[in-house]
Amino acid sequence: MQAQQKKNLITFVSDVIRWNLRGGFGFQLFRIVLFGIMGLGIYAYSFQARYGLSVTGMNDVVSWGFYISNFTFLVGVAAAAVMLILPAYIFHDPGFHRVVIIGEGVAVGAIIMCLSFILVDLGGPLQAWHLIPGIGLFNFPSSILAWDVLVLNGYLLLNALVPAYILYSHYMGRKADERKYRPFVFLSIFWAFSIHMVTAFLYQGLPARPFWNNPLMGPRFLASAFAAGPALITLILAVIHSSTTYKIERNVFNKLRLIIVISAIINLLMLFSEIFKEFYFPTHHSSSAIYLFFGMDGHNSLVPWIWTSVCVNLMATLVLAFNPGKNNPKVLLPACFFLFVAIWMEKGIGLIVPGLIPSPLGEVVDYLPTWVELCVTLGIFALGVTVVTWLVRAALIIEQDYGDIPDAK
Amino acid sequence: MSSDKKDQNEKICSQLLASKSNRRDFIKTMSIAAAAGSAALTAGCIPSANAASSEEMKLRWQEFFKENYRMMTQEEKDETVARLERLAKLRNNLDLQMSSLPPIEGVLYGYAFNITRCEGFMECVSACVKENNLDRKTDTQYIRIFEMEPGKLDPSTGDGQYYHEVPVENKFYMGTQCFHCENAPCTKACPTKATWMEPDGIVVVDYDWCIGCRYCQAACPYYGRRFNWGQAEIPKEEITLKQHYLGNRLRPKGKMEKCTFCIQRTRKGRLPACVEACPTGARVFGNLLDPDSEIRFVLKNKKVFRMKEEIGTDPKFWYFID
Repeated sequence: MQAQQKKNLITFVSDVIRWNLRGGFGFQLFRIVLFGIMGLGIYAYSFQARYGLSVTGMNDVVSWGFYISNFTFLVGVAAAAVMLILPAYIFHDPGFHRVVIIGEGVAVGAIIMCLSFILVDLGGPLQAWHLIPGIGLFNFPSSILAWDVLVLNGYLLLNALVPAYILYSHYMGRKADERKYRPFVFLSIFWAFSIHMVTAFLYQGLPARPFWNNPLMGPRFLASAFAAGPALITLILAVIHSSTTYKIERNVFNKLRLIIVISAIINLLMLFSEIFKEFYFPTHHSSSAIYLFFGMDGHNSLVPWIWTSVCVNLMATLVLAFNPGKNNPKVLLPACFFLFVAIWMEKGIGLIVPGLIPSPLGEVVDYLPTWVELCVTLGIFALGVTVVTWLVRAALIIEQDYGDIPDAK
Repeated sequence: MSSDKKDQNEKICSQLLASKSNRRDFIKTMSIAAAAGSAALTAGCIPSANAASSEEMKLRWQEFFKENYRMMTQEEKDETVARLERLAKLRNNLDLQMSSLPPIEGVLYGYAFNITRCEGFMECVSACVKENNLDRKTDTQYIRIFEMEPGKLDPSTGDGQYYHEVPVENKFYMGTQCFHCENAPCTKACPTKATWMEPDGIVVVDYDWCIGCRYCQAACPYYGRRFNWGQAEIPKEEITLKQHYLGNRLRPKGKMEKCTFCIQRTRKGRLPACVEACPTGARVFGNLLDPDSEIRFVLKNKKVFRMKEEIGTDPKFWYFID
């Protein structure tokens, strides 16, 4: 690679593609499986394109389902990259500086999944151009959804361009000029909070839905995101550490554990506060919570779901907090995994679906996603994993082989 | 492809490019290539060779790239209405009369519902389904009638699924539909301004501008909106042919729809279908700005109330008791 003399943007892109096409048998198999799942997703979506959203489990009462649930959760994962960016760029933590690029890769993958979930949820995806300011008609600033379109795309740009600039500089054998990218790093920190608050406001701003119309929504979104996101990043770092030559310092894992524990405890505290409010003196505004935790009129499909989530969440948080294995990864990594899954269950389906049940006129129905929704969702997850692996692989090769120049320090 | 068909296509392309220029044409030229690929999806499925007749294709393209109804001049409104009429003729051999009639000056529509009189016959529901070309397959209904226990005034405590002989002793009936709120949460939520309140107070949807995100449905506190989850199915002989662009025209799949106070009737000075169908006279509709109207009489002389007043949506739909 070093032998290559002429380097420019074109060789940068072609090298990135070349590196990603290389790899051992296991890696290639992994790639092919991901492509297969994406193909399955496209196949499932073709039914939706032909017959409309009637092939999903949604209806006029539960008008948002699995897609929007996953979208909501993944916004949190994307925002959580800020938990690496903040120590790396602001506090110049050397350990985090080495892994921040991975966090940014995860954020890009998560945002791409978010946008895909929105797109597949649209009844008229071909009319999506009506959202483009200038050509379409954008209901800004009145519609929070319009805000969300802006902040999500802005965050995608910020998190793609800053690392791209740094990596490209390293690839070219230069030092990345901190004066050039530092303002954008600051911006992206505020932006990470904003994508999450705006997404929370999407629900929080609806007086029609008392379950969502709750001022704790935004802060609780942040707390759960800063637990689930770093948990996922920990898992990804562990995979990178064990399967590549890119080694990650021990203390990065320790610090991440601290971030996760604090966020998870704040999240549980807020959950407790919400539960207290709904059940100490239940009003007719508590009916969604009653449906969620105890079922209503014989409909109780979410009851086992939410209790599983709460119990797993509690257990994982306790394990991470008390660290019974004395930093043994065989204890902490499963705990991170279970915490991630528990928050996905609670902040996805457990938040979106009960907000819509019972309907404003009191109807209670159950919602179950159909095979089309499940396969499309799997396809989008595969797309996200593919994006993350492509980005991270390229980033790690550049950082290892080209990035000997210490960055800006 | 035969050569004369190719010629025809080229002619259409040049027609498209040469037609009077405005913002829309810019989009048109930009996206002709994209449209060619996606035209199949616009139709909802891969069109048969027959359906892809060049005239139909041309009309569909023009429809695809048209603007939001509110941004159109009256001339453009007439054009799109003519296109939609022609498309209905080409595709389903329907002779529609579609209108884009603007609101009448000095009119603000309001509605009142007499809960003493209503006996739950649901004539209003069937009249609405028929008039507004609602989907028969999923049994879509804009109007819901709830059978209520005495002592309750909140429809969520009532039975909206009753199926027995009415009226039942010691029960009363309450109807709901879109309340055409003055301070409507749904129009505020829409990211593309595809739903709005017309100057005569009717909250409408531009079905062709809606992207189907369903945020308005989540925002509505009255369950007033319905979504076209699939393609609506209506027996051809039952289709109401007198239509309005913002009213009862046939909706594509993936779009939001709702009660429009029968805009196709009321803008011509007629009553909504539900009011006309009601056998007990429980439904009152009229111009709130006309001091001599029946609705003003009700508001002045009866004890009226509105649903979920505390949210501040200011509905133009009142309940009253004789």
